[in-house]
Amino acid sequence: MPSFRYEAPTTVKDVVGLLASTKGVTKILAGGTDLLVQVRSGRTKADVVIDTKRVPGLIGIREQAGSFVIGAATPGAELGDHDGLVRAWPGVVEAANLIGSTQIQGRASLGGNVCNASPAADSVPALIAARAVAVVAGPKGQREVAVEAIATGPGKTSLARDEFVIEFRLPKRPPRSADAYLRFIPRTEMDIAVVGAGVNVTLDAGGVCTAAHVALGAVAPTAVLVPDAAAALVGKKLDDKVLAVLDAAARRACKPIDDKRGTVEFRTEVAGVLARRAAAIAFQRAGERR
Amino acid sequence: MTVIKRKDELKVVGTRPIRPDGVDKVIGRAAFGADLAMPGMLVGKVKRSPHAHARIRKIDTSRAKALKGVLAVITAADLPNIPSEEAFMGEGPMNFRDLSRNCMARDKVLYEGHALAAVAATSAAIADEAIELIAVDYEVLPHVIDVDEAMAPGAPLLHDDLITAGVEPKPNKPSNVAKRIHFEIGNVDQGFKEADIVVEGRYTTKPVHQAYIEPHACVATVGADSQAMVWTSSQGQFMVRAYCAKLLGIEISNLRVIPAEIGGGFGGKTLVYLEPLALAMARISGRPVKMVMNREEVFRATGPTSGASMEVKIGAKKDGRITAAQALLKYQAGAFPGSPVGPGCMTAFAMYDLKNVRVTGYDVVSNRCKVAAYRAPGAPISSYAVESAMDELAQKLGMDPIALREKNAAREGTKTVYGPMLKNIGYVETLEAAKKHTHYGIKLGPNQGRGVASGYWFNVGGESSAAVHIAEDGTATVVSGNPDIGGSRASMAMQAAEVLGIPIERVRCIVGDTASIGFTFMTGGSRVTFATGLATIQAAEKVVEDLKRRAAMIWDISPEAVDWRDGAAHPAGANAGNFQPLTLKEIAEKAGKTGGPIGAEVSLNAQSPGAGFATHVCDVEVDPETGYVTVLRYTAVQDVGRAIHPSYVEGQIQGGVAQGVGWALNEEYVYDSKGRLENPGFLDYRIPVASDLPMIDAVMVEVPNPSHPYGARGVGEVPIVPPMAAVANAVRAATGIRMTQLPMSPPNLRAALRKAK
Ligand SMILES: Cc1cc2nc3c(=O)[nH]c(=O)nc-3n(C[C@H](O)[C@H](O)[C@H](O)COP(=O)(O)OP(=O)(O)OC[C@H]3O[C@@H](n4cnc5c(N)ncnc54)[C@H](O)[C@@H]3O)c2cc1C
Repeated sequence: MPSFRYEAPTTVKDVVGLLASTKGVTKILAGGTDLLVQVRSGRTKADVVIDTKRVPGLIGIREQAGSFVIGAATPGAELGDHDGLVRAWPGVVEAANLIGSTQIQGRASLGGNVCNASPAADSVPALIAARAVAVVAGPKGQREVAVEAIATGPGKTSLARDEFVIEFRLPKRPPRSADAYLRFIPRTEMDIAVVGAGVNVTLDAGGVCTAAHVALGAVAPTAVLVPDAAAALVGKKLDDKVLAVLDAAARRACKPIDDKRGTVEFRTEVAGVLARRAAAIAFQRAGERR
Repeated sequence: MTVIKRKDELKVVGTRPIRPDGVDKVIGRAAFGADLAMPGMLVGKVKRSPHAHARIRKIDTSRAKALKGVLAVITAADLPNIPSEEAFMGEGPMNFRDLSRNCMARDKVLYEGHALAAVAATSAAIADEAIELIAVDYEVLPHVIDVDEAMAPGAPLLHDDLITAGVEPKPNKPSNVAKRIHFEIGNVDQGFKEADIVVEGRYTTKPVHQAYIEPHACVATVGADSQAMVWTSSQGQFMVRAYCAKLLGIEISNLRVIPAEIGGGFGGKTLVYLEPLALAMARISGRPVKMVMNREEVFRATGPTSGASMEVKIGAKKDGRITAAQALLKYQAGAFPGSPVGPGCMTAFAMYDLKNVRVTGYDVVSNRCKVAAYRAPGAPISSYAVESAMDELAQKLGMDPIALREKNAAREGTKTVYGPMLKNIGYVETLEAAKKHTHYGIKLGPNQGRGVASGYWFNVGGESSAAVHIAEDGTATVVSGNPDIGGSRASMAMQAAEVLGIPIERVRCIVGDTASIGFTFMTGGSRVTFATGLATIQAAEKVVEDLKRRAAMIWDISPEAVDWRDGAAHPAGANAGNFQPLTLKEIAEKAGKTGGPIGAEVSLNAQSPGAGFATHVCDVEVDPETGYVTVLRYTAVQDVGRAIHPSYVEGQIQGGVAQGVGWALNEEYVYDSKGRLENPGFLDYRIPVASDLPMIDAVMVEVPNPSHPYGARGVGEVPIVPPMAAVANAVRAATGIRMTQLPMSPPNLRAALRKAK
């Protein structure tokens, strides 16, 4: 593997300082399950690597008055072990836990998954549907950015050279709320999503949807929030007619490419299918929470 | 003919001892190809073509040579220009000129990834830099990948001098068709006239890689006295020796090849790629040179098996009796001639006792890496087409697929289309066992379907050597000439222990290098347990004769009056005298007094390996909305002759099925418009992961092979023959759709479902 300078600062300020002052290609390191693979294969060059895991707060999950704060470098396995988070956000957690394998779960983080900016990243549609916000630190302090605004295209983010994500915030949940994430891969595991669908809903006491968010992955250059698909659910109970409208709205939002992982036609079709199936799971979960 | 031992006479054969190589592999002590390091060792790297087809106008290596730390740079100009010469060493025909040009391109590069230069340097970083400094001037040429396109008029030609063999009159123009082969018996046209029902179909398969876990790796040294050594992971140390000696003009006695532990081959390590380059650079630099491929190089530049385009036609009477069968098989050979279309033709209909058969095959070159053997080379491909057509026939006849196969099954004395008569085979037994298996009676749910398919593989015997040495404490060492890929150290040790009459724990088997054991044909063709097993048995028998002679000497009686049983010499009867048995240990301790060290080596050429048959039953569930196929149940019945170590046999069967399911469902090479491979890694080249497969039920039917004292026949290849058709037939049953193209990946199956709507 090509060599690089390794830094492991212990404060947010030092990370930002290094990002601003280092020469050459400077990369933030969380779990390294994307970055190190890319550097090793020669796809990414790195002159300086800044490990964020020693910065307090970058690893860990906090509950603050019903909302959750997840450190950007927290490994997936910790999300799955956090009962409160699993109860409130089963879709976000199942998306994050789909990443890789047991070994990868010990390292892979939400920050890495979001900032690697792959259109197929599994946690991203779930985070977007959850209306998660990323807290970005830079020389001028901190700003909050909706997760869908981080990636701007494959491998590209809206972060400035001297900025990085320190944590994600998930909003407080009204009662009878739940989310779900499904992805399609040709195998059972160790694969990249051909399509991903995250659905997040709130129901009233009668099972009617009062709020919904739907996001799709791998069907456009970035994961997309699909307001039309959400609109298909709001004010409705789940039946075949509603599902058909949802399916059609999800398909309309697709701008995929033909590539080695799937054709335009296939991706578009499957996006509709997964949106329906994820909605059914989210409704069922929310309904069970009365 | 050998007398086959009864099962109840056997003490070791048929048991399941712990695998002797297990601990080393689990704790990481096993030394694979990339694990050797030597003082002063250099790192060798290969420069590969970025083009699928191009003329090399010029290679300028001057800047690479000038780089500090670079000790050797080679191109084809530094290697002998080998003339055309056919050889049959591997699992397929091989021409030394082509082999040489596959290792290092001369004049033209014929596929993306084709090696055209190599460097050896003091570090990997310097070697990488030197590779970049080699300047190549290419004239990019039009390329062709697909087999039908390669055969079409006007296709880009790979070789100006390739004239189709096997065609009369001899063509006067070159083409991409290296060879036409044809087999025919009976009167096929008449047979089709007599048929009540005829099924016909066109089938295509994609090339698939053997996907062994260990990339190719070697270390080579050449001494000042010209004595050379290669340490390498391959399916045959003698194959590596022969090929390297030929390609580099080395005398065989000056080249010693030491087999490393091998991390899988499946036929893909029956060729050389790196070894000749490492030797050439070791010779130039005077330093050991180590070369290790990365996974991308393995995918781009080492052998997959062929993709194919096939037409199959079968005619039958209403009662299911087949009246005629015909197949046209076009196999991709890759950049040089030598696809397994020959065995593809021979095995296509070999499961059936047919009077009228016609099979025509074409060996076609195209701009892809030259194919290498892959488990039962050629057979799974043609079998997919034939067994899919058999399923169509069963459908049309309204007949149970097993009953249709029973009706036409090859039996004792069935004549094959390629000549020989089948003898002592167990095909019908596999059909009976499949029919009786509980799996065949399980009810299926919605979107589920069941498929049946059979397969055939010749199995191979051939030249083998093995030695058995007895140590002073009465333990034994077997030296085998075959790299252990499928568990042969266990099966050799077990066969020796059986003859010697001692517990398996007292016998160890090692794989000898080319200087320490007699010539042995490579590990392939499912030959080792049978052929090298015979050599081991005979060597152990010689040892037993010697032990009896020594006991006779100690007792001062005639050797004929000594019996060997339970690991000890016994007086043959009351007349022989009244002596306490002499154990192997007691005789071994006194070996110095009775003639010196005890041991024997046997070299032989084993004949009549005993063909292998298998019948598989597969249940799938198809998600109609996504085209995703879940394999629910899989039962693989196989005639294994007699299982020496049943766990290894089951492992072979399960492994073959796993690979076949990958071939059926997801594995394929994806090329861009310029002929460059887009998926040279395990992320997008999708072999199954463990959770993709159900527990595969391996059912062993034992019809002993009379050419082996314990009845063994090859078991490693036939299990990969039926799976593609078994899965396709199950998908047909679940969806009503006949998938005539592999892979049946979700996008492909979904597209077919959409079209059928
Ligand atoms: C075997 C294997 C299987 C995988 N399977 C999946 C899968 O199923 N689904 C999936 O979505 N992904 C998968 N991945 C990809 C990868 O594991 C995930 O994207 C993971 O979430 C990345 O997290 P990380 O902490 O390892 O990121 P890193 O590799 O450390 O970082 C990834 C990128 O994000 C940047 N970055 C990291 N943290 C920050 C931050 N706080 N602020 C700004 N930039 C940052 C880095 O500079 C780098 O460019 C797999 C990878 C492997 C090796």
